[in-house]
Amino acid sequence: MKPAPFDYVRPDTLAEACALLAGDEDARVIAGGQTLVPMLAMRLARPAKLIDILRLPELAGIREENGAVVVGAATRQAQAERDPVIRASVPMLARVLPWVGHPPTRNRGTVGGSIANADPSAEIPLVAVTLGAEILLATPDGPASMPSDDFFVGPMLTAIGQGECVRAIRFPVWPHKRIGTGFFEISARKSDFAFVAAAAQVALDEEGRCLDVALGVGGVGDRPLRLDVSSLSGTRLDAASIREAVNAASGELDAMSDLHASAAYRRRVAVTLGIRALEAARDNAAANPGKGAR
Amino acid sequence: MKVDLRINGVNRVADVEPRKTLLDVLRENFLLNGTHAGCEHGVCGACTVLVDGEPVRSCLMFAVQADGYEITTIEGLAPAPGELSVIQDAFCETHGLQCGYCTPGMILAAHALLQNTLAPTREDIAEAISGNICRCTGYGQIIEAVQFAADRLRVANTPRPILTEKPVVEAK
Ligand SMILES: Cc1cc2nc3c(=O)[nH]c(=O)nc-3n(C[C@@H](O)[C@H](O)[C@H](O)COP(=O)(O)OP(=O)(O)OC[C@H]3O[C@@H](n4cnc5c(N)ncnc54)[C@H](O)[C@@H]3O)c2cc1C
Ligand code: FES
Ligand code: FES
Repeated sequence: MKPAPFDYVRPDTLAEACALLAGDEDARVIAGGQTLVPMLAMRLARPAKLIDILRLPELAGIREENGAVVVGAATRQAQAERDPVIRASVPMLARVLPWVGHPPTRNRGTVGGSIANADPSAEIPLVAVTLGAEILLATPDGPASMPSDDFFVGPMLTAIGQGECVRAIRFPVWPHKRIGTGFFEISARKSDFAFVAAAAQVALDEEGRCLDVALGVGGVGDRPLRLDVSSLSGTRLDAASIREAVNAASGELDAMSDLHASAAYRRRVAVTLGIRALEAARDNAAANPGKGAR
Repeated sequence: MKVDLRINGVNRVADVEPRKTLLDVLRENFLLNGTHAGCEHGVCGACTVLVDGEPVRSCLMFAVQADGYEITTIEGLAPAPGELSVIQDAFCETHGLQCGYCTPGMILAAHALLQNTLAPTREDIAEAISGNICRCTGYGQIIEAVQFAADRLRVANTPRPILTEKPVVEAK
């Protein structure tokens, strides 16, 4: 099918884009178009105006600052996947990116577009929630920001307001030397949307004791969820402790049911993948001598 | 809306509705019908073209977004009319195509891969074509075709311009 007619504008500045958005309820941002264009083609969306933000210089670039890596919203997923700063400092993001669609969709699809789209099973929002990233916004009144936990509201639903757009994502960088990550997902085909995904990051001290740990699951509830496994801090992340912590943390997981998988299946797989992700993260960190890396 | 495109090294101008995808414009305005229209919503990869050398789905890009990029379609690969590129020829040799519907997309995806490495592993090839669906071959012969093309390009003695710019992975 073909999209319904619309006007196309490509503003030169972010301020101009926000003003255009604020002044027109039927206007919509287009970034990489990898989600929006299919929706237009199937006429699930019919905006009167598309505001192309992909080439805005204010939304470009990846930089490290004050214990965080700030990724511009218009950064292509393929570019982030290859980026040395992301690999070194936000290893969980580097780990999941190969699972976001396929090489051709990553060549156009953006990091900010995936965040703004807020698909409950999308990998980039999962990393944002698991690591506690901050979403930086551009609003008609200037820059603003909010924690991921407040940003993601429900399936394809965010706290973003009229006239606002995602400017960048601020991923925290862990200060520890020995960091490891683990990621698993179940989908119909590799790189399709996940029925369930789990991402973990751990930091170990020289003796192999856990200094910090983060675990999140995607595709289970109506948005990505961080599980509280902080009881693992100080342990050696042995299999029994991991199993116990994940089981305790997933007790009240609110899982959804759809034609792909039942809520019970999702809950069960979330626990299994959560355990595997933590074990993989532990082994990954243990194999990391901590020299050179942060 | 007027748009300036650069397709297969030639500057072209089109006056198009914004809702026309790059796929539509390639096929309808420029009669470059080698770019195939399959699902038209991003799932099958039949419409793959190269944008600045990287494979993208032309059905997920509006033509008005495509100005300023170097666009390569399947028509742009052969060295001369009536000839085939090494990769195209390899697909024929190994029976990497049957009905041919997926083939332009497969070849462009393979072309982009082999610009970066001439010693791809089977996994590299599978990943490179993972976004392209083939209903005929079962993929085995396609992977074989890409491997065969890589082998031939590796031993080819004419230096190609691109290889002097990008690192070449040596044969094992
Ligand atoms: C075949 C296929 C497979 C895929 N598989 C996966 C997968 O496994 N995992 C996954 O996570 N994704 C997957 N995707 C979707 C992914 O490729 C998209 O890139 C991503 O969801 C959206 O990014 P985009 O830049 O393309 O955004 P667009 O499609 O341009 O926009 C998506 C939405 O976000 C809004 N938006 C975009 N940027 C901003 C911004 N900066 N501020 C405010 N709003 C904004 C738009 O208005 C629109 O509503 C897949 C897509 C395809 C076609
Ligand atoms: S026609 Fe573009 S992906 Fe199917
Ligand atoms: S050869 Fe027929 S779809 Fe691939």
